[in-house]
Amino acid sequence: MQFFSKYLPALLFFIFLIVAWEEVVNILKINSQILPSPSAIFAAYSDHVLSLMPHIGQTMLETIIGLGLAIVLGVSFAIVLRLSARIRQALYPLLIASQTIPIIALAPLLLIWFGFTLLPKIIVVTLFCFFPIAVAFFDGMEKISPQFIKLLQSMGATRLQILYLAEMPGALPSFFSGLRIAAAYSVTGAIVGEYVGGYQGLGIYMQNAAHSYAVTLVFVTIVIASLLSLLLFAAVAVLEKIFVPWNTATKSK
Amino acid sequence: MNSSNKKPALAVVNLQKFFLNHSTPLEVLAQISLTVNNHEFVSIIGPSGSGKSTIFNILAGIEDPTGGEIFLSQKRIMNRKGKFGYMPQDAALLPWKTVLENVMLGLIILGNPKELARRKAFDLLEKFNLTDFANHFPETLSGGMQQRVALLRTVLFNPSFLLLDEPFGSLDALTRHEAQMWLLAAWERFSSSVLFVTHDIQEAILLSDRIYVISERPAKIIEEVKVNLPRPRALTDLTKSPAVELEKKLLALLMKT
Repeated sequence: MQFFSKYLPALLFFIFLIVAWEEVVNILKINSQILPSPSAIFAAYSDHVLSLMPHIGQTMLETIIGLGLAIVLGVSFAIVLRLSARIRQALYPLLIASQTIPIIALAPLLLIWFGFTLLPKIIVVTLFCFFPIAVAFFDGMEKISPQFIKLLQSMGATRLQILYLAEMPGALPSFFSGLRIAAAYSVTGAIVGEYVGGYQGLGIYMQNAAHSYAVTLVFVTIVIASLLSLLLFAAVAVLEKIFVPWNTATKSK
Repeated sequence: MNSSNKKPALAVVNLQKFFLNHSTPLEVLAQISLTVNNHEFVSIIGPSGSGKSTIFNILAGIEDPTGGEIFLSQKRIMNRKGKFGYMPQDAALLPWKTVLENVMLGLIILGNPKELARRKAFDLLEKFNLTDFANHFPETLSGGMQQRVALLRTVLFNPSFLLLDEPFGSLDALTRHEAQMWLLAAWERFSSSVLFVTHDIQEAILLSDRIYVISERPAKIIEEVKVNLPRPRALTDLTKSPAVELEKKLLALLMKT
């Protein structure tokens, strides 16, 4: 009920936009090769859903492996930075600076190095997702109240005990904010990776549709891609509820 | 309690602390010496920012002194970590752990098996009628309850010597008095030695056997007074003449510094 009332205004506005779009296209008789109506997009989806499935599966696979890899690498990297001041001083500025590199420009290079395989797409997804995860987790650990650290130190806790009893759980809320951003990027990352070259995937499908001026099908793939992102976003929200129960308990107070 | 004929549980001798990360070294503690006897409740009172917490950080092993010696049961101790039950300002309960898991924390750090720690923590909560909250997260508890849980966590880790750093500073007056009486009852039960930091004169009088008054930075001890009130104490003791006299005296001392 709470969920419903919270998202009701957004839902109503979304429905309004869809209806307005439909009406504008119908009234102005806009060519569907320029801007198809929502109903035409849905009809095209129904016609092509079977041939779309393997592409959706492929993109989903790349996204999930890439995102999973980014979580493992991002969290490990943040922990290493946290544990060693020297490594932090050496790497943290470089990590920030590395964000100026356009990942889109790296995709063709990855294709040259690794060929038309799954690997270059996974790497692109990981590159997109690594940064928000690593930075969010690291900042989360930095923001732990010093009182907690003092308390554990006074009890004679080892560095590793402080890490897993205080810093890692304390950084979880921040980690999940980063993961939400990463999840939203991840599908885009997979499509960028596919755009450069591949046999299957929504990026390939979208490109083929565009090359043959099948504008309605381009819209179909756009809608599917954003639905996939939403799905991941929702999955992250569910995981957050499971792994950060204390935040929910406090908010519902 | 009479202190002169007993060997102290804690003796701090000429404790000094400089903070060196300034252009000129900042002297925080100037030659602090104090003792706490077995089962004695001793308070340190002084203006805020006077270095009271620094004394505790040093005793708890979080900071190192620039000079001085610390004796626990007549033995000089170098590695102080784990030797005291230290309770930092504000309850410092880990928000991601339940009340029970917070109380278990010290035993887990000492390497006890989880089941044993859980049972001991639960027994302790039971003694203080707090089992209803065992599986709650700390932030759903009132401030007074949080302080009680934090104290039980400290006691389960090390009941013999407690360092309590302004534990009731953030509580409103009513909750505060309730928590003070609760602390006295708990202290008598565990017969711990306590070193207590506060800047509330009445709180120091109500709780302590002896009170050290320290000056502004660089902190030194300017007076040591005994509180001659019988135990067990009640809040109304504060209105009796020895307590009122003592309060006037302490107020005068603190206003002068």
